[in-house]
Amino acid sequence: MTTKSHPILSMAASRIGLGLLSLLIVSLIIFSAVSFLPGSYASAILGQNATPAAVAAMEVKLGLNRPWFLRYLAWLGAAATGDMGLSFSGRPVMALIGPRLKNTLVLASITAAIAVPLSIALGIVCARYRGRFLDKFLSTSTLASISIPEFFVAYVVMMVLAVKLQLFPSMAGIRNGMGLGEQLYRMVLPILTLLLVILAHMVRNTRAAILSVMASPYIEMARLKGEPEKRVVVRQALPNAIGPIASVVALNLAYLISGVVVIEVVFVYPGVGQAMIDAVRNRDVPVIQACALIFAAAYIGFNLIADIISIVSNPRLLHPR
Amino acid sequence: MNESDHRQMDDLARKLRSGAISRREFLARGSALLAAGAVMTMPGMPRAQAAEPKAGGKMRLGLHNASQNDNLDPGTWSTSWTGASFNGGVYNNLVEILPDGEVAADLAESWEQDNNAATWRFKLRKGVTFHNGKSLTPEDVRQSFLHHMKPDSTSGARAIVQQISAIDLDGSDTVVFKLAGGNADFPYLMSDYHLSVFPAMEGGGIDIQAGKGTGAFLLDSFEPGIATRLKRNPNYHKNNKPYLDEVEFISIPDATARLNALLTGEVDFIQDLDIRNVPMVERSSDFSVQRVPSLRHFSFDMDTRVAPFDNPDVRLALKYALDRDDIIEKVFLGEGRKGNDNPVSSIMKYFHDMPQRDYSIEKAKEHLAKAGMTSVSVDLHVAENAFAGAIDAAVLYQEHAAKAGININVVREAADGYWENVWLKKSFAGVDWFGRATIDWLFSTIYTSKAPWNAGWSNARFDELCEKARVETDDAKRAAYYAEAQQIIHDDGNLLTVAFVDWRNGVSNKLGFDKVGGLMPLDNMRMCERWWLKA
Repeated sequence: MTTKSHPILSMAASRIGLGLLSLLIVSLIIFSAVSFLPGSYASAILGQNATPAAVAAMEVKLGLNRPWFLRYLAWLGAAATGDMGLSFSGRPVMALIGPRLKNTLVLASITAAIAVPLSIALGIVCARYRGRFLDKFLSTSTLASISIPEFFVAYVVMMVLAVKLQLFPSMAGIRNGMGLGEQLYRMVLPILTLLLVILAHMVRNTRAAILSVMASPYIEMARLKGEPEKRVVVRQALPNAIGPIASVVALNLAYLISGVVVIEVVFVYPGVGQAMIDAVRNRDVPVIQACALIFAAAYIGFNLIADIISIVSNPRLLHPR
Repeated sequence: MNESDHRQMDDLARKLRSGAISRREFLARGSALLAAGAVMTMPGMPRAQAAEPKAGGKMRLGLHNASQNDNLDPGTWSTSWTGASFNGGVYNNLVEILPDGEVAADLAESWEQDNNAATWRFKLRKGVTFHNGKSLTPEDVRQSFLHHMKPDSTSGARAIVQQISAIDLDGSDTVVFKLAGGNADFPYLMSDYHLSVFPAMEGGGIDIQAGKGTGAFLLDSFEPGIATRLKRNPNYHKNNKPYLDEVEFISIPDATARLNALLTGEVDFIQDLDIRNVPMVERSSDFSVQRVPSLRHFSFDMDTRVAPFDNPDVRLALKYALDRDDIIEKVFLGEGRKGNDNPVSSIMKYFHDMPQRDYSIEKAKEHLAKAGMTSVSVDLHVAENAFAGAIDAAVLYQEHAAKAGININVVREAADGYWENVWLKKSFAGVDWFGRATIDWLFSTIYTSKAPWNAGWSNARFDELCEKARVETDDAKRAAYYAEAQQIIHDDGNLLTVAFVDWRNGVSNKLGFDKVGGLMPLDNMRMCERWWLKA
């Protein structure tokens, strides 16, 4: 027993190992895919100045005339030491992505800080008042908001609150050192849109997870012993539903980092998603790679945390036979 | 008569002049406006402009082509964002292009040619200083050009500077360019936005990163791909200019987001208004749609080395089988000026106005018969980005041509990679041309037999005319050469111009400006120093 490491640590270690392997595969796939795309940074940047001679000169300068796997190996060697290299425009990739990553994280954290408690609370309420008006209302409205594409939600929110009522600005862009108050004010619409998009998923899963636990015999027992229904839901059912809830929350948090491209475009919010679109359009491989790694790492990291939470919350998983 | 009626009337008049609507349609829609209480402004009659520039204020521009790769190196500039904010705001060229298309003094106060336009002497204006206080010297100009002329240069101005064989300094105020061959357009080329003048550094090279130019505005902040803010330069070398205290460029890539930014007052100007959004801007009394004739044209280009395009009569048959009015009306919603199988825009110097080639089934059949055919089948390659509406235009063309016995098979290509895999590779394809500011530049990039983008068409007489016109400094003779060259392209050339399009912008009525130049976007890239706020 003493020679065996703690099950959580060993699981985390193996997950991190697998995570690194996934990152390696992701980087290889993205790099080769971008290399097989028609066009290059040179032709994209030169636009209608892209005469064959100018394109050739630029490709030699950037080393784009070498085979893609040699370029990949060179990139990988640097990335392994934590050096994400230079963008084709000559600026360090991290200097280029850094401020945008910060913007994305700010938007994601504020949204998550509102969305996670709110959706779990609403999920509990739905489970507690199952079949009543409130439950039906929330289930229907969340189902509706999950079925509408996010750009449509964004445009509707913008049309009503920005164009018609003029309550909030239509652009969320943070630029030239705006004050904190103005930044938050400008971020209201994208946060609202993201809430509408991710709440539904989390509320419905919380509700379903609690209800499935509620069907267990021990809940029946608790009721028979005369526990009030509210206490049954919160004290008896919820702790056993934490595992599934954690994994759906993790998925949505990862989405907040990697999936908000459309919201960023509509509200002109300079986050990582826009950086990646810009980079793909210009075939700026080092930047594309860095963005892809950030997105993949977000998914892997959040899922790891969710797994750890579900194991901790369910001691049976700690001692797998 | 209110402002909106005025504007609608002007729009109608403009469309009539450009041929986008018929005279009958003008009368019908015009009298509808009259009935609504408008007073008729006759087409061609200039409207009294309260064009008294006012000083002060901040102008905010919503543009779509900023990139996180943008930087201060002039060799990398390729968009209207970098052109208008850096070149048009912070820097100057030796010359500038006025809104009417004429070349005018800027950092150079005068210039003269010698040796059949193969030697050009530019005399610099006195008393010009950079934003860091340094005075402008001929060495600054020389180093700024050498920056683009390095052997491994990747500059967008490479094609222009390649013709320079040496740059000499003469005295304290003159720069002498020696060219490999004569070029009467050389002063024009000096307005290219890459050729901004930077301060030279000790020991050679130019100081790029400091962001200090001679321009109307100081570079206040620059966040690549997000925003650029400029502040007024109090020591600018042009009288009274600039009028504005501050200009902010804001990146808004999405067309709908751009429209909303204008309508909610976040910006005063948006670039490239989507044709579907035109009515929403026109409906409002606070904003107008600005249409500036440009060089940009949409065409279907043929490779004349390949059958059946090698036969001039087949080419003519294809040209007559295209109903441009129909495409402009249905695909471009009236937002376009009819092409006439000439890549030269009507706003260019030496433009040759030829009789309009119109849709004619008889003539198409006639030319087909001359080629010894009764019917012909061709593949036309298009993608949604070949030009805006290219697929719809090709499908309509298919219907027009079918009536003349020409079977056009519309091949839809993927948008991504269209320019690498289809353009110049397939024998008949849609192309979105941005044009070039001078005829020589346009022809020698695309149409002469040695042009880098030649799509297969060559004509000895055409090449000869271009050679002659390039070194000809007599205006009348040049005009005659270019007229003949344009006639040759029109009759024998490899392109069907569907339409010329305007720079179409959404503009707040608070902004003031004179005539707006269209050789390049954003008032020939110089809107920062030419525009003002009315109130």
